[in-house]
Amino acid sequence: MSDEEEDIILSELNDEELVQQMFDDLYDGLKEEIEEGVNILLERGWAPYRILTEALVGGMTIVGHDFRDGILFVPEVLLAANAMKGGMFILKPLLAETGAPRVGKMVIGTVKGDIHDIGKNLVSMMMEGAGFEVVDLGINNAVEAYLEALETEQPDILGMSALLTTTMPYMKVVIDTMVEKGIREDYTVLVGGAPLNEEFGKAIGADAYCRDAAVAVETAKDFMARKHNQLAAG
Amino acid sequence: MIPDDQTLTEQGAPPTGSGRVLLLACGALAREVLAVKSQHGLGHMDLTCLPAILHNHPDRIPAAVETAVKEHRGNYSDIFVLYADCGTGGLLRATCDRLGVEMLDGPHCYSFFDGNVAFAARDEMAAFYLTDFLVRQFDTFVTKPLGLDRHPDLRDMYFGNYDRLIYLAQTDTPELQNTAKACADRLGLKYEYRFTGYGDLARALTSA
Repeated sequence: MSDEEEDIILSELNDEELVQQMFDDLYDGLKEEIEEGVNILLERGWAPYRILTEALVGGMTIVGHDFRDGILFVPEVLLAANAMKGGMFILKPLLAETGAPRVGKMVIGTVKGDIHDIGKNLVSMMMEGAGFEVVDLGINNAVEAYLEALETEQPDILGMSALLTTTMPYMKVVIDTMVEKGIREDYTVLVGGAPLNEEFGKAIGADAYCRDAAVAVETAKDFMARKHNQLAAG
Repeated sequence: MIPDDQTLTEQGAPPTGSGRVLLLACGALAREVLAVKSQHGLGHMDLTCLPAILHNHPDRIPAAVETAVKEHRGNYSDIFVLYADCGTGGLLRATCDRLGVEMLDGPHCYSFFDGNVAFAARDEMAAFYLTDFLVRQFDTFVTKPLGLDRHPDLRDMYFGNYDRLIYLAQTDTPELQNTAKACADRLGLKYEYRFTGYGDLARALTSA
């Protein structure tokens, strides 16, 4: 960090400057500064949902675009995510209290035999940031775990993640079981993970393959909008 | 002559122009392929390698293999692609099928060095693997790309779900074993050593 940056006193910035500075701090993965910025905006009377969407999600969107464009790499994205997590930790209880809008609900988990969760965790966080309620099942989930969560949580979306070529076929096991039980059409199924691709997503019967967290959020929003439109059309 | 590890990582290795069968391999396999060739007298096989760092970018492997096959196929009667799936999600297999060339079976080099059948049966979900090449090039393939040199605090975000590092050794080299153990310590993982030799790589080359 340069001397110039060290001299910035967040509380002396006006709202617009502070949000801009929080974008920079998120980009640089500065967790403490993000926590401080969130607290300052709360003190200034900003609604938690506004802080989440305008300051945190706005900043993470820039990070997501630069990751997609090859300007940022995984370590920087993880640091940014960690900083955002710090802000989310403060906001989450307040969001529940203030009745922030809920876009939809998602159950997400890494498939059986796979312990990789970095991508899944990023998706979970960005989905929460976008106003989804997320139930994260963690790693190494057998089909029974997914089905039980669908039954108890009644989400709109099921998300499955895999990092290995050897574990990604398990997604088809889950989807086929949903078909057998006659519940496949009750949920939007989104899949993701490094070795996956669009063709694979189609071949296993998922609704969509999402190549990164930003795409997952946009895809989930699209499906929710379609669902609402269908309901409205009756 | 084998290029040094850095060259194999960044540039790979060109063919020598001798032999009627071209082995198109990952740069991380160069020494091992040449050792098998030498042990089994496979003088009819030439070797060229793609940059080993593609290991960290599996999405680029199918296109790189296709380009190399098209570049070299006029000079050889046959090309054998020495890659397993290597995280391409089946796309490398589809590419090789379309080009009409053979490739190695299995999900990755850890599996074919161990032996694909044995590896699958072990079901070591929480193991992080290294080979001889990856032990020598640990910083280039793990530490730096994951940013652990700059941000060691990220370690547990990457490796928190692993419970051990298994060094799958192609050669019995005490120095590499010491390095592998140090790698395990740096990642906060239990260390395990398993000598594999060349496994299915040797079987594939001698039956090709």
